[in-house]
Amino acid sequence: MHLHKYEKIWLIFGIGSLVLFLAVLGFGAFWKGTHPQSHGATIDPQNIEAHEAFQPENLGLTKVDDDKYIVNIAASAFHYDLGVDEDGKPVKKLTIPKGSTVLFQITTKDVVHGFNVSGTNVNMMVEPGYISRMETVMKKPGEYTVVCNEYCGVGHHLMYATVEVTE
Amino acid sequence: MSIKKTMSAVHIIPKQFPITKKEARLYMAFISVAFISLFIGGLMGLLQTLVRSGTITLPWGIDYYQVLTVHGVILALVLTTFFIIGFQFALMGKTVGISMKQRKAAWLSFWIMLIGTIMTAAMILLGKASVLYTFYAPLQAHPLFYIGLALVIVGSWVAGIVNFRQVYVWKRAHPHEKSPLLAFMVTINMIMWIIASLGVAAAVLVQFIPWSLGYAETINVLVSRTLFWYFGHPLVYFWLLPAYMAWYAIIPKIIGGKIFSDSLARLSFILFLFFSIPVGFHHQLTEPGIDPVWKFIQVVLTFMVVIPTLMTAFSLFATFEITGRKKGFGGLFGWFRHLPWKDVRFLAPMLGMLAFIPGGAGGIINASHQMNAVVHNTMWVTGHFHLTVATTVMLTFFGVSYWLIPHLTGRKLTPSINKLGIIQSIIWIVGMAIMSGSMHIQGLLGGPRRSSYSEYGGTEQAADWLGYQIAQAIGGTILFIGILLMVYIVIKLAFFAPTGKEAFPIAEEEANAKPTPKFMENWKLWIGITVLLILFAYTVPFIDIIQHSPPGSPPFDWPIGNQ
Ligand SMILES: [Cu+2]
Repeated sequence: MHLHKYEKIWLIFGIGSLVLFLAVLGFGAFWKGTHPQSHGATIDPQNIEAHEAFQPENLGLTKVDDDKYIVNIAASAFHYDLGVDEDGKPVKKLTIPKGSTVLFQITTKDVVHGFNVSGTNVNMMVEPGYISRMETVMKKPGEYTVVCNEYCGVGHHLMYATVEVTE
Repeated sequence: MSIKKTMSAVHIIPKQFPITKKEARLYMAFISVAFISLFIGGLMGLLQTLVRSGTITLPWGIDYYQVLTVHGVILALVLTTFFIIGFQFALMGKTVGISMKQRKAAWLSFWIMLIGTIMTAAMILLGKASVLYTFYAPLQAHPLFYIGLALVIVGSWVAGIVNFRQVYVWKRAHPHEKSPLLAFMVTINMIMWIIASLGVAAAVLVQFIPWSLGYAETINVLVSRTLFWYFGHPLVYFWLLPAYMAWYAIIPKIIGGKIFSDSLARLSFILFLFFSIPVGFHHQLTEPGIDPVWKFIQVVLTFMVVIPTLMTAFSLFATFEITGRKKGFGGLFGWFRHLPWKDVRFLAPMLGMLAFIPGGAGGIINASHQMNAVVHNTMWVTGHFHLTVATTVMLTFFGVSYWLIPHLTGRKLTPSINKLGIIQSIIWIVGMAIMSGSMHIQGLLGGPRRSSYSEYGGTEQAADWLGYQIAQAIGGTILFIGILLMVYIVIKLAFFAPTGKEAFPIAEEEANAKPTPKFMENWKLWIGITVLLILFAYTVPFIDIIQHSPPGSPPFDWPIGNQ
């Protein structure tokens, strides 16, 4: 097939940039380990309490070490269950010191939800039958809105929480 | 031997077929459904932007998500499919002809699709199917919603089979000629569509319908999502390729030029066929149950589409430049300035092409293994497909309508309608720049998509998002004015414009064009490679998904307000 000379140059340039882009992505994924969450841990969606992390007393923020936290969340339409505080009231806000490493673990009891700590890379689909996990370092202080960003029903926009990263 | 290797050593200008009244009625039926959908879907879009800006609340207990479902289903599935199939039938009728039997089968496809659409629409309007156009399990809609969707797909298959038959019959009558370029392109698009929609058909027929009727207690959520996105990405190419048909083979005629390269156009369509289907995982990058290595492999396959896209860009601008220079407009950009900007048949699609530059760049960002985490399910994504589908594709379809509708109805595109069309195109691009621009920014700030108005407990971030939502309402209002104007123009072109003859502009090759290689029409080879690529990209991860399945999900119909 005949190709115009300029077309050849243009295609070589395009394919070259393509290879470069893919090399950058591949380097990030396989050498730096920045894969999206994908570990495939399964759970019975109708009995999430059978898993230790999602028993009512283990929900919400737990300090596991210096600067290390785990957050366990049971999502359901239209609520993130973060456990209860001392007065027995449902927790809506998590307070985490700046620079901490936080492992978010979340699953759903019913339909598909999203879990996005807005303005950060913590952005996961939460699907029945699976545990979504992502570890991150909370570097910037401030107040972050956690939103459900996958449609889960008529109360979808009322499904949120807050994470405060303190100095 | 060397002569036989190419389709035709002699340059043949293919004969075109006149479109009879009966044929015109068929094509217009499809196009009419498309524009009725544009009006209804656009009105829903306006309501959404107004609700989300905190300006209005919907009356009579109508739910935001019900409106959102109508908007998505009617614009993304009904408008596009009806317009594309109608347009493609017109292209086929013009270039390879349509027999009486084929026309009757085409009507059958129309009625199957229409009945399916009505079933689905009725369920949405009754509030029994507010599941958005992606209908993710285990949200459960009324069974008729899924049955209606299945009918739309089956109807489109009938249309595809008619198209294949049309090419086959023409080919038998013209054994030594290559098939007309537009017929070739339609064939590629319908092959892609049928292979892709097998995925969603499998999900709907095997999983959703038995489950929604109560014959299956649970559904495998990840399998249904994987089958959906196996279809969901090629779906966007099904929208885009008809726009490419107009760009490659119609625009050159409108600007008074020739096709840049027939073989290049065919090759790019073949590459789109290869790389549109085995890439669905890039919509599932943030899902928990899919192996990251296979996600990465599909990201690589997704990126391959850069090659035919760049080929298309090159061809188009080459045609523009060659034509301009032939007309004597020299200088570095003289040819560009002297393009027929005042001809709406050129202006509308050209604005669409220009919108595809940021639109395509955004697509590369969405598909990137890591950057996706920043934008996944944020308003960015909504902004992205309002640039690609709602601007690039829609403006091209508008551009086609300006000549196709009067051609079919025996009327003229008058200078005054042309002028209205130019105003319409500008309104569209301005409204979309405001709406899509603010969607992109809000998305980068973390604002979620598919959400009704919410203050999210009064956080600072949510307050920042609101400003952009107000901008979206302004853009949405401008766009709705554009829709009203477009619907007015279509009605005028169909019923009230002065009678006359409007050309069906199909570009020809240069007289001394290099012949197209014969292997370009080796359908078995192209379908074979496509199937191999799909098997490569999906077999292992799909077996993995099924082998490591969690317990299935029972249906949930109450979260959609269906009590
Ligand atoms: Cu939710």
